[in-house]
Amino acid sequence: MSLEKVKGIIIEQLGLEESMEIKRETSLMGDLEADSLDAVEIIMAIEDEFGIEIPDEAAEGFKNIGDIVDYVENNK
Amino acid sequence: MKKRVVVTGLGCITPLGNGKDVFWKALLEGKSGIGEITKFDAAEFPTKIAAEVKDFQAEEYMDKKEARKMDLFVQYAVAGSKLAIDDSGLDLNSVEKESFGVIMGSGIGGISTLEDQHQKMMEKGPRRISPFFIPMMIANMASGQVSMSFGAKGPNTTVVTACASATNAIGEAFKVIERGDAKVMITGGTEASITPLSIGGFCSMKAMSTHNEDPQKASRPFDKNRDGFVMGEGSGILILEELGHALQRGATIYGEVAGYGMSADAHHITAPAPEGEGGQRAMKNALNDGNIGIEEVDYINAHGTSTPYNDQFETMAIKAVFKEHSKKIAVSSTKSMTGHLLGAAGGIEAIASVMAIKEGWVPPTMNYETPDEECDLDYVPNQARQMDVRVALSNSLGFGGHNATILFKKYE
Repeated sequence: MSLEKVKGIIIEQLGLEESMEIKRETSLMGDLEADSLDAVEIIMAIEDEFGIEIPDEAAEGFKNIGDIVDYVENNK
Repeated sequence: MKKRVVVTGLGCITPLGNGKDVFWKALLEGKSGIGEITKFDAAEFPTKIAAEVKDFQAEEYMDKKEARKMDLFVQYAVAGSKLAIDDSGLDLNSVEKESFGVIMGSGIGGISTLEDQHQKMMEKGPRRISPFFIPMMIANMASGQVSMSFGAKGPNTTVVTACASATNAIGEAFKVIERGDAKVMITGGTEASITPLSIGGFCSMKAMSTHNEDPQKASRPFDKNRDGFVMGEGSGILILEELGHALQRGATIYGEVAGYGMSADAHHITAPAPEGEGGQRAMKNALNDGNIGIEEVDYINAHGTSTPYNDQFETMAIKAVFKEHSKKIAVSSTKSMTGHLLGAAGGIEAIASVMAIKEGWVPPTMNYETPDEECDLDYVPNQARQMDVRVALSNSLGFGGHNATILFKKYE
């Protein structure tokens, strides 16, 4: 469930096509060409969506979408 | 030796339509781009009308993903620039990037982004301010994004002189090419400030028309019953090119940039100097710069905002500079149709001036019904006029006492 929501947020924030393939292994910056400002905005949107707070130290450790989803699952 | 500079491309996003052909046709037909404000609920504002851009889809002109990170005033600049480049036939793969620059003007910058983000901060706290807030809002981002969109690595800067911004930008871009620092410049102005805070601010100054009941008649420059300007939005962009560069690639030449002048009133934050003294010097400086005699000027695209002060003082300034010849000059204010695009006004008005030279037609001043004894020039009332235009002058005057004049002449 969280994966689908996170995918939706990323597609929305990056203005991607709905059909874009986003998996747990997908990297925001490496595969989706997000820059550091995009990443900040995506984290904010995820915080809003799930009603959680993601500290900068945690966000800096995210390597791919799977890391974000796991963090959300463990903290919501 | 000064380089000669010609206009080889025109592009615009305006309340009368997008692209120079649509815009020019509407001007000659005397159409109005003014209507009720639809961008927000203006019920509580004294002014409820504006000249909004219609039918603008950013993704027709740029990558959708990039557009999301641009304030509307930047989107207008990129879209207008694309139209101007397409119109010029410039091949971006062959132009020398380091000799290809950008100077844009904007009076206000990204005020809608500023309003949105301020509201977000007040509602949700400072941690919810978007990381794109600053790069979307800052006024220089139009020049920055246009350079990125088209790979223009040459001279690049931004002019912020309120309603004179675009004319100053075009003048400065002209000088960059004239002194040999670039071969091609994208220049003009852009504005998107039909927002609650901005409209409210101008309302408080009593600067805007409150002819809400008849929007298309609200902007009436030089008419005795004028009661303020009507805000417009959009962009007006020109491609300026060093003559040799234009000839070498067989470009269509619309006209030549003949001179540029500027001055300061050093008088008051918003009111013009007595007798339009500062405006007089801007026009004289442009004529001197281009070595153009007063009797050579056929057409003036006036600043003509439709405020009581501006139109009276600009008339006095034109009479003081051109003396007896002022009676023979066709003077019109296209703001009667487009509204006042603030920092973009000089951009679309430069396009109108260049097209007047190229096409041999002068756009009218619409809504001119009741003559004002203080405004007694030939304002080309209500109907476009076919006439040969060898030299056209465009004035832009801004809060802060900034005066800018650009001159165009027929390319020969």
